[in-house]
Amino acid sequence: FRVSEDGEGRPRAGVRGRGQREALHLGALLVRHGYLYPLRDPRSLALRPDETPYRFQTPYFWASTVWPASELDYAIYLAKRSIQRRGALLDHEKEHYDQLQWKISHAWDLVVTQAREQLRAMKQRRRGDRLVITCQEQAYWLVNRPPPGVPNVLEQGPERGSCAASRLQTVSTARRGACHSPYLKFSSQRGPHDPILSGCLPSNPWVTDDDTYWAVNAPTAATPTRLRVERWGFSFQELLEDPVGRAHFMDFLEKEFSAENLSFWEACEQLRYGGQAQVPALVDAVYQQFLAPGAARWVNIDSRTMERTLAGLCRPHRYVLDDAQLHIYMLMKKDSYPRFLKSDMYKGLLTEATVPVETKRRVFPFMRKPRHCSPSPALPTAGPGGGGED
Amino acid sequence: MCDQTFLVNVFGSCDKCFKQRALRPVFKKSQQLSYCSTCAEIGKLERERPKLPDVELHQVAERVEALGQFVMKTRRTLKGHGNKVLCMDWCKDKRRIVSSSQDGKVIVWDSFTTNKEHAVTMPCTWVMACAYAPSGCAIACGGLDNKCSVYPLTFDKNENMAAKKKSVAMHTNYLSACSFTNSDMQILTASGDGTCALWDVESGQLLQSFHGHGADVLCLDLAPSETGNTFVSGGCDKKAMVWDMRSGQCVQAFETHESDINSVRYYPSGDAFASGSDDATCRLYDLRADREVAIYSKESIIFGASSVDFSLSGRLLFAGYNDYTINVWDVLKGARVSILFGHENRVSTLRVSPDGTAFCSGSWDHTLRVWA
Repeated sequence: FRVSEDGEGRPRAGVRGRGQREALHLGALLVRHGYLYPLRDPRSLALRPDETPYRFQTPYFWASTVWPASELDYAIYLAKRSIQRRGALLDHEKEHYDQLQWKISHAWDLVVTQAREQLRAMKQRRRGDRLVITCQEQAYWLVNRPPPGVPNVLEQGPERGSCAASRLQTVSTARRGACHSPYLKFSSQRGPHDPILSGCLPSNPWVTDDDTYWAVNAPTAATPTRLRVERWGFSFQELLEDPVGRAHFMDFLEKEFSAENLSFWEACEQLRYGGQAQVPALVDAVYQQFLAPGAARWVNIDSRTMERTLAGLCRPHRYVLDDAQLHIYMLMKKDSYPRFLKSDMYKGLLTEATVPVETKRRVFPFMRKPRHCSPSPALPTAGPGGGGED
Repeated sequence: MCDQTFLVNVFGSCDKCFKQRALRPVFKKSQQLSYCSTCAEIGKLERERPKLPDVELHQVAERVEALGQFVMKTRRTLKGHGNKVLCMDWCKDKRRIVSSSQDGKVIVWDSFTTNKEHAVTMPCTWVMACAYAPSGCAIACGGLDNKCSVYPLTFDKNENMAAKKKSVAMHTNYLSACSFTNSDMQILTASGDGTCALWDVESGQLLQSFHGHGADVLCLDLAPSETGNTFVSGGCDKKAMVWDMRSGQCVQAFETHESDINSVRYYPSGDAFASGSDDATCRLYDLRADREVAIYSKESIIFGASSVDFSLSGRLLFAGYNDYTINVWDVLKGARVSILFGHENRVSTLRVSPDGTAFCSGSWDHTLRVWA
């Protein structure tokens, strides 16, 4: 077995280098897990990309058998090695050997007897076979008792529970054909906005160490970039999630005398994601401000929803305003939002929006730009602290 | 999305399946019926499902332009953990991250400058879950202590971070994943006891629990949907389940993986999610079609995928594997775009930054790497 395979199976122009690297990597892992071992007395399980011969490990010693390598087995192995090498064990092996002698002192006779028996049986085999069996065993113990500094490849992390019978009756519905065009549409629309795919202007901070991109796109930047303003047109959700977009939308609604809709929606969000203890007070506040007859900022909800909502208010919980919130959200989404996109205000924002200039590639890479620190959001500021607000 | 109606606290017999459940009003041809949440969601799906023949995603994507040469490199290496890095999360400021490791250490870094800003030592080992609060003022973490604790971040030199620790969630087995919802006040957790749960941070009260997995739950992700009411979880029972947060009911379940599901992540539009599993594949599940629509696998990939995340446009899927590599997949065409080497042990966690400029991977080799 020699290392010469192409990991991809088919060499392709320009990809051969990568395929070979993947092949070497996979080969190295197979060796590290003990499925292959170097034939000539190995101290470490590593894959050397030269003419070193490797052999397949015998299935008896495969890690996948998940056969626990017991202390007794290890003791016998070390005893054999000690006898063969007249006590000249490696440091860590000597340490283990001494420890085991103390731990299983009650069965030490068994250990020594077994070791001698196995060595005697080995002498009756051909020299070639003896070498192979010794190497196999050595590789096995390198995997199961790695020397200091070598990570234990058998470690799996905390034990996971096995799969019991499913308690839930799975919903069996006829699975119909999928419509794939939403994915194509979404990805092609968002592609130019994806910094990893299309880059970003002026430059990707991680690549050039220049954090101007973040300054220009700060959550409360005064002049948003063109790409950012464009995104507000992709979906109502995008507009609301951007603080600057939401603020402009609020201005627009004020012009249309329907700003209470957005305020109501914001209050409902606060209720849904707020602390449990604040629920009764918030529900009451929302009722007084938006839902009570003659309220200062009364929202226009259909009578059916209003009836249900008011009925639910006697036992307030965080989802009690969900119906009303959805109704108002849909109203804004289907009515105000499209008008906003067609409005002069939005068109003006698009034309005023900035397009940052690309940072020229650094000619002298060793003159690295200093990486600016930024204030942590956890620092106390003059404004309202964290928690609750989005 | 249009006619979804919501939960009212009425219990009774569902008009469709006749089971005793919490009911919601559903309007069919101006007649009011009462459906349980499961039947209501199924009805919604059936109405929305297009009647098209089964065509695979990669076939439809043939007409899409192929991606060009792809070059991503390690731009930052964060060294400081003394043991395996198990989990990480980004702050909304796009540069800070929190990471947790096997030795109980949880560190907050400004990964742009690679400075460590906060460090706390948990009283347990194997801190498998950590999350950054949306405000950037707190972090949550947990692991073999079966709890999820919230630590407010403080720069006060006289204050010991561990002193202000708040114990929020209590499970009966290890904590595998946690995430804040839209605010600092609620946390969603997943545990080795087979359940997920929603908690109020201030009081530690259990708001909702989610039962249905047949084995340990290993991961969860909140839906980026407009109404923000669902999340997906994956577990050792090979199932990915979508839950309604208000009623606690499982709305959809997907069982096509052949081994434990280590990671689930929503597609940016919220219409689908990807999963990474010990069976060495990643899969894409469409929520409206209610089925798997793509598999990302290769014969040369034989180690499990531990962590997956999408790029901002959803065109790329980054997956970290137990063979120390990160594979980058073209979501539409189903082909691998690139393989990234660098880590010297398992990649245990991977997240794309909030603005999509980079992604960070954490590994059992004690380091984190930011790639761009």
